[in-house]
Amino acid sequence: MREEANSEQPRTTAKLARPAPGAAPGSARQPSPDALNETPSAPDRGNVGQDVQADIWVKCPGCKEIAFRKEVERNLNVCLKCGYHLRLTVEQRLAITVDRGSWRELFADLAVGNPLSFVDSRPYSERLETARRASGRNDAIVTGIAKIDRRVTALAVMDFNFMGGSMGIVVGEKLARLIDHARARRLPVVVFSSSGGARMQEGALSLMQMAKVSAALGRLRDARIPYLSVLCDPTTGGVAASFASLGDLNIAEPGAIIGFAGRRVIEQTTNQQLPDGFQTAEFLLRHGMLDAIVPRHRMRATLSQLLGILAPRRAHKSVD
Amino acid sequence: MKPSSEAKEVVQGLTPIERVRLAREPGRPQTLDYIEGLARDFFEIHGDRRYADDEAIVTGLGYLGRNAVAIAGHQRGRSTAERIRRNFGRAHPEGYRKAARLFDLADRFRLPIVTFIDTQGAEPGIGAEERGQGEAIATNLVLMARVTVPIIACVIGEGGSGGALALGVANRVLMQENASYSVITPEGCAAILWRDANPEKVAAAAAALKLSAQDLLDLKVIDEVVPEPPGGAHRNPAQAVALLGAAISRHLTKLSKMRPQQLRRERERKFAEMGNGFLLRSTARIGDSTA
Ligand SMILES: [Zn+2]
Repeated sequence: MREEANSEQPRTTAKLARPAPGAAPGSARQPSPDALNETPSAPDRGNVGQDVQADIWVKCPGCKEIAFRKEVERNLNVCLKCGYHLRLTVEQRLAITVDRGSWRELFADLAVGNPLSFVDSRPYSERLETARRASGRNDAIVTGIAKIDRRVTALAVMDFNFMGGSMGIVVGEKLARLIDHARARRLPVVVFSSSGGARMQEGALSLMQMAKVSAALGRLRDARIPYLSVLCDPTTGGVAASFASLGDLNIAEPGAIIGFAGRRVIEQTTNQQLPDGFQTAEFLLRHGMLDAIVPRHRMRATLSQLLGILAPRRAHKSVD
Repeated sequence: MKPSSEAKEVVQGLTPIERVRLAREPGRPQTLDYIEGLARDFFEIHGDRRYADDEAIVTGLGYLGRNAVAIAGHQRGRSTAERIRRNFGRAHPEGYRKAARLFDLADRFRLPIVTFIDTQGAEPGIGAEERGQGEAIATNLVLMARVTVPIIACVIGEGGSGGALALGVANRVLMQENASYSVITPEGCAAILWRDANPEKVAAAAAALKLSAQDLLDLKVIDEVVPEPPGGAHRNPAQAVALLGAAISRHLTKLSKMRPQQLRRERERKFAEMGNGFLLRSTARIGDSTA
């Protein structure tokens, strides 16, 4: 995998998410559109291609057209031809969502070993290690405080590239801590989900994280603090069956696959032909299971609008 | 409480996959058997008032001893006709929403909640997805975490994934010694991680998942292992019902002495701690070749 050579010292997400040079820390200025399109860290830019050649070009999974990666990135990783929303890395998501220089990561050091001593074709600890080296973070989520259009927000972004964004103890604990932290400081919570579900290698302990995070959200709800859930491609399994579906508002990106059970499992169990567009955001919206689908270029403005309406007096509170 | 030494012997001779087979044993007592054997004046409540009555989950009100209680449980069914009618205990969203109605009712009228978990998982299907299976389960997790009455959950067969947990956020989670409780079935796990669901790989997955009652007690996922009659619950259903009934009433008595907010807080705290004993705090260990 990429970036093996110089990973002697473990990188942390805090480093990766460091504000781009020149950006004033805590700056409340609206970033320029160009700044929004830049990823703060080059190494993790590639979401599809692994080698340098492929990094210059990107093939749209929607229309199969080949395009200049730079050009697609400038368009927030939305295909210029068909509007397909490509998956974003955590760094890309942060870059297009938060005010430049405002991201302060929390709980970055939380990690697990191998709670069940789980071994399939490889020990779980090895799989984790590979994912850590490739991503530079401990697990499949980052949590922290940031400003979204000057509104101080407790923010979490899941990393689908890290073992399929699966939720184990660390993902559950970081989310629960973030939610409790937000409740104590009366900050709204925004979570970008992207996950295949619970992490099998942590067994029932991963299942229990669904309850842990949901309980934290129950406390947040009682405190009348808003929680916006943004469902990105894909959001399935135990994540769809817990916090991703529990937003005061549940918003999805266009075309995102969202569902409880996997497509293949449903096909095998029911022996039925699945309808066109099954488990897409559009399918869920039609069935009344989403509040809205928001295209990527409108997401930041939409979050800002909703945070303003739901927490009007918290809009200009400063970080720390 | 530890299982009796007699019961322990039965457990010790079993491999994890053998225990999963015992958990699936069709002759094991099911939710309605426990209700019939333990509850008095049971009144079944049907439907979610939204879409349908899902018979994969039975809900109702009644008495356990002198306590008026609310009961919800998966019902797999026995005869072929009943199993089909009950979808083998695989609930649709309307089943979880029916349970949600019961939990809300119980909270408002201060009735302790007793649940029986016996499902391979929530129904994976087109209708289930259309009607929001994920949302239905998620909503139950929040609801169960918040209520201020005692909740006792009993894993009586196979506890599979979110479909099981949707009845499982309890002050006390009791598990019969041959029941299993897992994030995924051994078959599903083998198919994904070993890319092969042959019996050998399924057995390996069952062992790796640590889904037995004793393992889960050690992991603090459950609170007590409830002994079964020698050879398993299906060998002597009446005794199995009585053994679990005794454990339920013992916990019910203790929990009934707690104040409402204390019950919620204790339950929340328990789930807030799940798995935290395995967190590594030192960043220095990240990046080591083997953690
Ligand atoms: Zn395209």
